[in-house]
Amino acid sequence: MLKNRLIACLDVRDERVVKGVRFENLRDSGDPAALATRYEAEGADEIVVLDVSATRESRGTAIATVRALRRVLGIPLTVGGGVRSEDDAAALLDAGADKVAINSASVAEPALLTRLAERFGRQCVVQAIDAKRRADGSGWRVCTHAGTQASMWDAVEFAGIAAACGAGELLVTSMDRDGTGAGYDTELLRAINERVDVPVIASGGGRTPAQLSDAIHAGASAVLVASILHDGGSSVGELKQGLAALGISMRLERAA
Amino acid sequence: MLITVVETNAANLASVQAAFERLGCDIRTTSDPATVREARAVVLPGVGAFGPAMRLLRERGIDIALRERMAASRPTLGICLGMQLMLDSSEESNGVPGLGVVAGVARRFTGGVRVPQMGWNEVRARDAAWPWSVRCGDAYFANSYRLAWESGACAGWSVMTSEYGGAFVAAMAKSDGGILACQFHPELSGAFGRSLLAGWLEVARC
Repeated sequence: MLKNRLIACLDVRDERVVKGVRFENLRDSGDPAALATRYEAEGADEIVVLDVSATRESRGTAIATVRALRRVLGIPLTVGGGVRSEDDAAALLDAGADKVAINSASVAEPALLTRLAERFGRQCVVQAIDAKRRADGSGWRVCTHAGTQASMWDAVEFAGIAAACGAGELLVTSMDRDGTGAGYDTELLRAINERVDVPVIASGGGRTPAQLSDAIHAGASAVLVASILHDGGSSVGELKQGLAALGISMRLERAA
Repeated sequence: MLITVVETNAANLASVQAAFERLGCDIRTTSDPATVREARAVVLPGVGAFGPAMRLLRERGIDIALRERMAASRPTLGICLGMQLMLDSSEESNGVPGLGVVAGVARRFTGGVRVPQMGWNEVRARDAAWPWSVRCGDAYFANSYRLAWESGACAGWSVMTSEYGGAFVAAMAKSDGGILACQFHPELSGAFGRSLLAGWLEVARC
């Protein structure tokens, strides 16, 4: 039986891990390779690295971070942030990423997902969706450019299109919950899971095992956490044990 | 020990390379059939689509080299798509023959499960002939196609299976451990994967 995954996320800028609240006020939280190694040893099922500097000049440092992570990591590594083309994706995969997360570029042009899936296989292609609740409660809007721009897309509708175009997985972040510890937006997760049959990663707001479990019950295949790990509020091991105690199927063997 | 990785262009080799380097190996990549035929230990890696990968192997004569080395029981490891390429064919690319080292057809997952299968699944050896002492564990998968398990499948091979919309072949090995094919990614499967790669290396060294 396929286990649910706990994914540790590192937001990286200039080769350092940073983390903010609702996409702002980034704080320095450490060295990416050192943190990722610790998370793997504690039982993380996967590492996601998002390059939040996302300027052309800093792309070289993101590649250096990916290389450093690959040398030490024996679990899957997903990398995103500023991926705009097949060549950007190829550079990250060559450096050691197993999957590439695309956000703004494929929101502007979903056909990019098709080209990536044809060239690298859809299991390499993750669509990151940053979703913000509409003020009138009528659903969620897809935002781009690190959450600074609202697109025309409805998040649930776009999730369906991304999966149909070639995304093998969706990384769904609630901008309203990100960094708050208030729990994932389970309504959003449920709506997207009903629309697509690819795996969905819940992101934004998860802090306690009960909140992580709620996301799994809302249909997520994996839960992504960041702040809670970096600020020492909990460990990967504690969260996975907590999930298992709540009856969620998790991989509990630890890395040797 | 030197590991020779078959270059299939589309494949992302960094993870395989890093995993073997952590086990103290050196890596070279090749698309030369004579090298593929004669090398001590060959890895057929696993990313991309069945049809393009198979066409590339055939254009360069690597398909014949792989068949010959496996017929001679030279240590060979197929990973993910690398395992599927050893079959007769795949639903992913109808009409393209595979290496045909193992009878069977890779088919898309059925049974109402999310596709691709993405994540850690429990794998378990089916028979006493599995060459290594670790007989079960959690392994990392990222695949849309698989060889469904049915009794009598993979004749002459020892098999590990897993469950996802029904039983499927997670890995198969010759009983001496020299030829191993994994549907999962041992290079991404943490401690379990590392132990399997180390077990295969031990056989390949002899």
